[in-house]
Amino acid sequence: MIRILKQIFHTGIVTEQLPPVTDPELMKIGVQLEKVIQERFRGSLAIRQVDAGSCNACELEIHAVNNPIYDCERFGVHFTASPRFADMLLVTGPVSQNMEIALRRTYTATPRPKLVVAVGDCGCTGGIFGKSYASLGGVDQVLPVDAYIPGCPPTPTALLQGILRAIGK
Amino acid sequence: MSKLKDAIVTAFGADAREDAGQCPSSVPALIVPRERFAEAAKVLKKGYALLAAEWAADETPYGRGFGVFACYRKESEYLIIKTLAPQTDPTFPSLTKKFVPAYRFERQMKSLLGVVAIGHPDTRPWIKHEDWPEDAWPLRKSFDGSKPLPRVYGEYDWIRAEGEGVCEIPVGPVHAGIIEPGHFRFQAVGEDILNLEAKLGYVHKGIEKRFEALSWSDASRLAGRVSGDSTVAHCLAYCHAVEALTACRPPDRAQWLRALFLERERIANHLGDLGAICNDVAFAILFYHFMRLKEAVVRTNFALFGHRFLMDTIKPGGTLVDVDAAGVAAILGEADWLAEELERLVVIYDENPSVEDRVRDTGILSSEKARELGMVGFVARASGLNLDCRIHQPFPPYDRINVTIPVLVSGDVHARAWVRIEEIRDSLRIIREILKSLPDGEIFAPLSEPLPDTSGFGAVEGWRGEILYWLQAGPKGEINRCMVRDPSSLNWLGLEQCIHGNIVPAFPVCNKSFNQSYSGNDL
Repeated sequence: MIRILKQIFHTGIVTEQLPPVTDPELMKIGVQLEKVIQERFRGSLAIRQVDAGSCNACELEIHAVNNPIYDCERFGVHFTASPRFADMLLVTGPVSQNMEIALRRTYTATPRPKLVVAVGDCGCTGGIFGKSYASLGGVDQVLPVDAYIPGCPPTPTALLQGILRAIGK
Repeated sequence: MSKLKDAIVTAFGADAREDAGQCPSSVPALIVPRERFAEAAKVLKKGYALLAAEWAADETPYGRGFGVFACYRKESEYLIIKTLAPQTDPTFPSLTKKFVPAYRFERQMKSLLGVVAIGHPDTRPWIKHEDWPEDAWPLRKSFDGSKPLPRVYGEYDWIRAEGEGVCEIPVGPVHAGIIEPGHFRFQAVGEDILNLEAKLGYVHKGIEKRFEALSWSDASRLAGRVSGDSTVAHCLAYCHAVEALTACRPPDRAQWLRALFLERERIANHLGDLGAICNDVAFAILFYHFMRLKEAVVRTNFALFGHRFLMDTIKPGGTLVDVDAAGVAAILGEADWLAEELERLVVIYDENPSVEDRVRDTGILSSEKARELGMVGFVARASGLNLDCRIHQPFPPYDRINVTIPVLVSGDVHARAWVRIEEIRDSLRIIREILKSLPDGEIFAPLSEPLPDTSGFGAVEGWRGEILYWLQAGPKGEINRCMVRDPSSLNWLGLEQCIHGNIVPAFPVCNKSFNQSYSGNDL
């Protein structure tokens, strides 16, 4: 236990602080995000992430949004286990033939406003996988998309920015 | 000298002839008659070889039928056994009864190429889902991969348990966390798992077919997106196969840089997984601390090489990025800092009884089973198997820099976590050695075009384990076939087998301790 406490005190708070220390971009987005979430979602935006066929690099960056450096929860963004509680679906792609039905079902299970954000070059357009027998292309080939976050994969800052675009409309 | 090749030549005599188009010469290929394909497996099994991969290729563009291939590995040797199946009768004798890993390889060959293993005990499709038309064989040349696939009615025949109190728990494909999709079907009595069956293929994107439409240089970008967390390792294995085909030797500096990227990828992923294992046993503090370290590593990647995961830093012939003196100093400084931070976290992990209680004796994969199932990578090393391409098939600079691999025997979640801790320590040491001996010079050597009807083989130890690529140049020198074998194609079987005797709530941490790629498996 003493080691754990030592570790806590030794490390201190690593979350990038208000006002910005190293990443002014992140803080600018964070403050706006928090404001919109406060106004429109009563302080809490619940996101269900759906991998509809990605190579998993986008998932790594979505994980990073939750790490203590980016710590998206402080802005009111949190990831939920069920689409039933979700305000937004964050979908990585391309949408594979084998995931199409599961993606549609997840969308059906999500209550309004069911915002859909397409993540990554593949989620936006199909990317390097394109359209084929196995890949239907971008997320908008299957669901109505509210915002696009390009990048291969998009950085955590770009992800937060894209989420802001989707809810700020 | 190849002992595996000698064993086949001795047993087969004139029936085994060498495939001269196979490169590099250190990985020989022998063509045997179709009816003796399984016999070759028997001979090699007697010689303690393991099956590393099995695949088929549509060779009709050369005026032949289908090529059926099995790649065997023993210590530092690989041997490819090839046989030909005519177009009118695309069948071959199954190897599944001799080598368990063939079980899924052969289902996949039947599903995607319509090449059928005679004597295979399971006729269900794999990767191809039940709602595909049965005659949709995408890897055949006659199949137009650009058209969408119609859906048909079909049902997957799950393995079921019956009896009083038995219940079935379906999980996925959309999981509770931020992970890739796959379906797990548990048969359980109360919380005790009787059986686990995985059904994958949800993220099948037609990667192998896509390769055939790309040029040799563009295809390295695709290889870097087979499994995003292993982008360096996949890209490198592809490059090795292309370079074998074209007899290209990248400059020393490029080879050293590639190893630097490979080790940095290993460290970043092991840190992330150690954090996730701690998270799955509700020990949040270490989760956040490991994630903090991982973030530092990927930020340094971005600052020095322009990409957080080092995507597209490697191409056939060399690398696309270099490092200067300031970059070397930054990496060395980070290595010292990381080593110190890591050791403090390791002590916390090691001393905490609540973690120990969950990770010890959970999800045990015995050495015997790991060998029988052909496990690779850290999963193999946590179950007593001494396997690592960096040692057994070393490419520069690993032929000059020693790799120390940890081998544990307990085969539980703890062993799989501890092997990764040891590997991070060793990777930090390797990085220091790479930077100390980094040669000067160019980072790229131009390549020629591959000759028609030749094939190239590449093997790289990524952070998950051995990645294999086998490339075949078509009659016009284009990509006729690109076989990708991610470590996950073997190790998923290990997860299903390690779970027996565990309870359902132990599954997430078992799964995380394997952390296999869905995308790399589904292709």
